Amino acid sequence: MSLGAYLTLAALVFAIGLFGVLTRRNAVGILLGIELMLNAVNINLVAFARFHGDVAGLVFTLFTIAITVAEVAVGLAIVIVIFRVRRTVDADRLDLLRG
Amino acid sequence: MRLLVWLPLLVLALPFTSFLLLAVVAPLRRAGRVAGAVGIAAIAASLGGALLIWNEGFRHTATWAWLPGDGGPMATVGLLVDPLANAMLVLVTLVSFLVQVYSLAYLADEPAPALGRYYTYQSLFAFSMLGLVLSPGFLQMFVFWELVGLCSYLLIGYWYQRPAAARAAVKAFWITKLGDLGFIIGIVMLWAATGTFEFATLFAKAQAHALAIPALGTIMFLIYLGAVGKSAQFPLHVWLPDAMEGPTPVSALIHAATMVTAGVYMVTRAQPLFALVPDVLALIGWVGAFTALLAATMACVENDIKRVLAYSTVSQLGYMMAAAGAGAAEAGFFHLLTHGLFKALLFLGAGAVIHAVGSNDIFRMGGLFRAMPQTGLVFLVGTLALAGVPPLAGFFSKEAVLGGVWAAHMTWPFVMLALTAFLTAFYMFRVVFTAFFGPATAAGHAHEPAWAMRGPLWLLAALTVLLGLRLAAGGGEAHGPAWLAPLSVGLALAGVALAWAMYQRGALDPRRVAAAFPLSVLDALARRRYGLDALYDGLYRGFVLALSRLVGWIDRYLVDGVLNVASAWTLRGGDALRRIQSGVPQDYVFGVAFGVLFLVVWARLWMR
Repeated sequence: MSLGAYLTLAALVFAIGLFGVLTRRNAVGILLGIELMLNAVNINLVAFARFHGDVAGLVFTLFTIAITVAEVAVGLAIVIVIFRVRRTVDADRLDLLRG
Repeated sequence: MRLLVWLPLLVLALPFTSFLLLAVVAPLRRAGRVAGAVGIAAIAASLGGALLIWNEGFRHTATWAWLPGDGGPMATVGLLVDPLANAMLVLVTLVSFLVQVYSLAYLADEPAPALGRYYTYQSLFAFSMLGLVLSPGFLQMFVFWELVGLCSYLLIGYWYQRPAAARAAVKAFWITKLGDLGFIIGIVMLWAATGTFEFATLFAKAQAHALAIPALGTIMFLIYLGAVGKSAQFPLHVWLPDAMEGPTPVSALIHAATMVTAGVYMVTRAQPLFALVPDVLALIGWVGAFTALLAATMACVENDIKRVLAYSTVSQLGYMMAAAGAGAAEAGFFHLLTHGLFKALLFLGAGAVIHAVGSNDIFRMGGLFRAMPQTGLVFLVGTLALAGVPPLAGFFSKEAVLGGVWAAHMTWPFVMLALTAFLTAFYMFRVVFTAFFGPATAAGHAHEPAWAMRGPLWLLAALTVLLGLRLAAGGGEAHGPAWLAPLSVGLALAGVALAWAMYQRGALDPRRVAAAFPLSVLDALARRRYGLDALYDGLYRGFVLALSRLVGWIDRYLVDGVLNVASAWTLRGGDALRRIQSGVPQDYVFGVAFGVLFLVVWARLWMR
């Protein structure tokens, strides 16, 4: 398989993730979209590492995964707290910062 | 002799010390009469020093560098003591002293802090006037010139709660400033051409014919403008009658004897320079004579005793200026000295009358001679001196002026001055007959003033008489042709006789005389002050107020308008932009995603 196929897959996953982030009304869904986008980046990193024979990409991927875990943990915690306070996780109604 | 060198400095420093003391030490100033005592003590010591200097006939010039410059100081300060300054020193300190003593009684009803303020200003004035007199150069003279102007403003506006006084103070300040503007431009132009402000250097150059500056006529005219403002010459004389809103002793000191004569003093001082420009000198003479006549006619229709005296002062200043313009500056200066004595006497006498009657209107006085014979007597002495009746001091100085003008072949100014002499006697005796003789119409009971007021009056009256007798005994050098003395006496007596016929005897009804044809026009004009006050008023309204309205309009509608429009648009723009901020994070992500997309597309298509 060529590098282009991997990059196409990553682009597709990223686009799907972005679509999810932009359209989901549930905050958890938005977090899932972000997850997809991050993993698309991971695919890119791994693919480039493989085709360029450079191990740095793999190292970055490991870091990204670790940070993603932390991000999800913090993100879900925030969502839970928001739910406790506002009794909703509907992103459209979380507009306290509206100008 | 060593002491004498420092004496002028001491004379100058004493009133200044008194001023500083009163200005800085607030409890002393608020003590009122104590402040007065400080001021009087200082000016009395100054008077002693001035008399000593005068008696010695001391001449001395001391200068110190002031503004440093390349090759010697650019400007100097110092003291110039010569007979001219000596005589003026004595006059200034003497009248200042007497007026300050007089004020102690005249302003006895004033609250203590106000009285302290009055004496603070008086001390500052004495210092400023002495500094002006002792100036060895134009620049120092200008500085003190402005200081006396400031004191005049402060003292006219002494009763600043009264709108009329406040307005008169501002008017006096503004109108004299008009002249001062010319003065300083003239000084600076003279300096630019010669590189010096000092009289001694300038006079030496003038004598060596080294002053062939093309613009000298303009320069001297501009310098003369300063004197026009300060000495109330036509057309800038309008401030002086209004200045009578100040306390009467102030009018006696500043607006009769000293400050208003500063212009004459300056022209006399700078006589060697003015002598180089005969055109300007002729102008000074003509304007002086015209001012004398114009003011005399206005004095004839004025009912306010102080304003009559004020117009009379304007008129006599015109006399002095006419003499200076005719090249007889020493005659003008002589008239300045005698006039300083008897006009101060008249003002202080008028003050005593006003104090007793409580009104300025001469037709509400009457029969005062019986109620206050001492004041009446000294007032009569002053009036006779002003009218030019021998052997009082005024007769000799007036004759000297007339002789000087005649000798300069200025026929028309001479005629105007002669007519003024007649009118002077007329309007002064109009006041005397109306206020002191005739039926007693005074409201309330008039009484002789306190001794603090009577003392200065008697002293000034005695000096007027003694000076006259001394001059008469000295034979009085022959000024001008032989017919001059009989003419001036005749004119004075004719004026007295006319006033007697109209206001004492009742043989002529003043109203019917004023209604006769050629006089009726003059009467109407004089009563309206020849429209000059209205003219200035109109100029002020039309020019200054219109300008300020225009500036106000520009400020309100253009400057503020631009700001208002800008702020309104900022507000509206902010309001519009606010709606972009929805508060929903997805919208922001949407913006970021499409922004990045746009940048990528832009980079690929256009950034080749």
